[in-house]
Amino acid sequence: MLDLNTSLAIRLNDLVVGFGDKIVIDHLALDVVAGEIFGLVGASGGGKSVLLRAILGLVPKRQGRIEIFGVDRDSANPHDLQELERRWGVLYQQGALFSSLSVFQNIEFPMREYLDLSPRTMREVATAKLEMVGLAPEDGDKLPATLSGGMTKRVALARALALDPQIVFLDEPTSGLDPIAAGEFDALIRTLHQTLKITVFMITHDLESLRTVCDRIAALADGKIAAIGSMGAMFESEHPWVRSYFRGDRGRSLLRRAAS
Amino acid sequence: MKPEALIEFKQGADGLEIVGSGAWTAANAGRLDALVEAAPRREERHVKFDMARVREFDTYGAWLLERLLRSCGKDLVSPQGLPDRFRALFDKVHETNRRGVSPGIRRNWLLGGVEKIGRSTEGAAEDAVRYVAAIGAFATALGEILLNPRRLRFTSLVYQLDRVGLRSVPIIVLITLLIGAIIAQQGIFHFRRFGAGDYVVDLIGILVLREIGVLIVSIMVAGRSGSSYTAELGSMKMREEIDALRTMGRNPIEVLVLPRVAALVLALPLLTFIGSMAALYGGALVAWFYGGMDPGIFASRLSEAVSISDFEVGMIKSPFMALVIGIVACVEGLKVKGSAESLGAQTTTSVVKSIFSVIVMDGLFAMFFSAIGM
Repeated sequence: MLDLNTSLAIRLNDLVVGFGDKIVIDHLALDVVAGEIFGLVGASGGGKSVLLRAILGLVPKRQGRIEIFGVDRDSANPHDLQELERRWGVLYQQGALFSSLSVFQNIEFPMREYLDLSPRTMREVATAKLEMVGLAPEDGDKLPATLSGGMTKRVALARALALDPQIVFLDEPTSGLDPIAAGEFDALIRTLHQTLKITVFMITHDLESLRTVCDRIAALADGKIAAIGSMGAMFESEHPWVRSYFRGDRGRSLLRRAAS
Repeated sequence: MKPEALIEFKQGADGLEIVGSGAWTAANAGRLDALVEAAPRREERHVKFDMARVREFDTYGAWLLERLLRSCGKDLVSPQGLPDRFRALFDKVHETNRRGVSPGIRRNWLLGGVEKIGRSTEGAAEDAVRYVAAIGAFATALGEILLNPRRLRFTSLVYQLDRVGLRSVPIIVLITLLIGAIIAQQGIFHFRRFGAGDYVVDLIGILVLREIGVLIVSIMVAGRSGSSYTAELGSMKMREEIDALRTMGRNPIEVLVLPRVAALVLALPLLTFIGSMAALYGGALVAWFYGGMDPGIFASRLSEAVSISDFEVGMIKSPFMALVIGIVACVEGLKVKGSAESLGAQTTTSVVKSIFSVIVMDGLFAMFFSAIGM
């Protein structure tokens, strides 16, 4: 049964994912607390996206258990699965907007599929979402191909939030944005997190977003969680990869800025 | 189970009281929408809200509440009793939809029809210019290659030849064999009635060598290879690969279009030859098993019935067909815009246009050859 009052939004246990001979996720265990902003870091090609796709059910797992709000995909009935898919939103790295639909139609798509609403209400709620992610109603009639990178991300976020999900998965939300736009996007995630009371699971490389947005951070190395906790815990970790990531040049300068 | 009440309108002595309760969420949005629409309009009278018993609240509930407030003319009054935990969301939604969605421009259907005709005429004119430009660019690139043959992308040419030539042999042999067999069967069946069954050899020989071989092969190549050219170039255009080439100082016509079109021009005559032979073979098989004509007799009658000029007519046409298919496919591919839909539309257009052009060309060639007596 889908349990929205549980304290754990995501619960991974002994998860193994691999392709051919290669084990990408190796007996991984992870809990994401409901209502937090959880950041996942890891080397490029280190399996972050694979982990996300495994959680979403897009790649098969070899072993282990994935529970989201108490629903295990393996044993859940179709109704619960539908209910679950309605309760999550995903922001893909490239936006993954439907290129033949306008911005409004993209945002209204999940509403059309899941809810029984009048066209007027759908358009008004879509406009509200669009304004909540910082775009103007005039942008609603544009086609995705004509949007800039930052706008694409915002529209994709609006679409991910279309059904007021309990949890959103963000795959590198600030990659490809300039520092100002990235900062604004971080602030947007924070505000929406507060107003909509959602759990956020984000993959990011952006040390600044990790510092300003995330409540808890996990570092993925060699298919396992190498370190987990606050930003402070990351700086204290002795794991070699985590050390070079957070205490490298960029990490140190960030720490200095944070301190001053 | 009776669904819980979401909203209640209480008509009191001192005005209307609107009491909200339950889950004002996406799941109930449809019902709530209808209830809000059915709300009594009491703009002039005193309206009081009591939202204290709302248990759940999301953007949908917030917007419908906001709409209710606005319809009551209480835009500046906040809903009393709304639990504090929902306040931030409501305030956020309260700020939206302020400017109103501009209604789309309504078009007169008659003017709209005229506009469509105008736009497609304009499109046809642009297309004509685009094709002339593409032929020009292709000729320039070809000229440069001829002056400096080392610039020819030999690897790419061989790869494309393999794709559009060698790999399409099985399907072309199969289809042309069947077509030859069908023509022979029909010919024998109908010619027999006036005792002219043997003339089926003339029918197959002339028809296949002059027309059917090259036409069937061209149409198949347009569907098989032309469409893949369009889709390839189109998705390269979508992902800015063409622009990347251009900024590296390479001409996409020379790098991408020329090897593809050249491969088609080289491959199509070969495929036409193979296809024609397969069709004649299919005809001979049917003549043997269905018409009872010995293969030896078929061969000797064939050598009497057809002249070398019949064969030449078919073969001369094929590189021109290839050129048309290749250029149409590449031009349509480069016309692709950002969306997946446009890729599909251009691929369809490419196949339809190239098959149409192939048939028109065939007609022009027929007139030309009869004028010069071939």
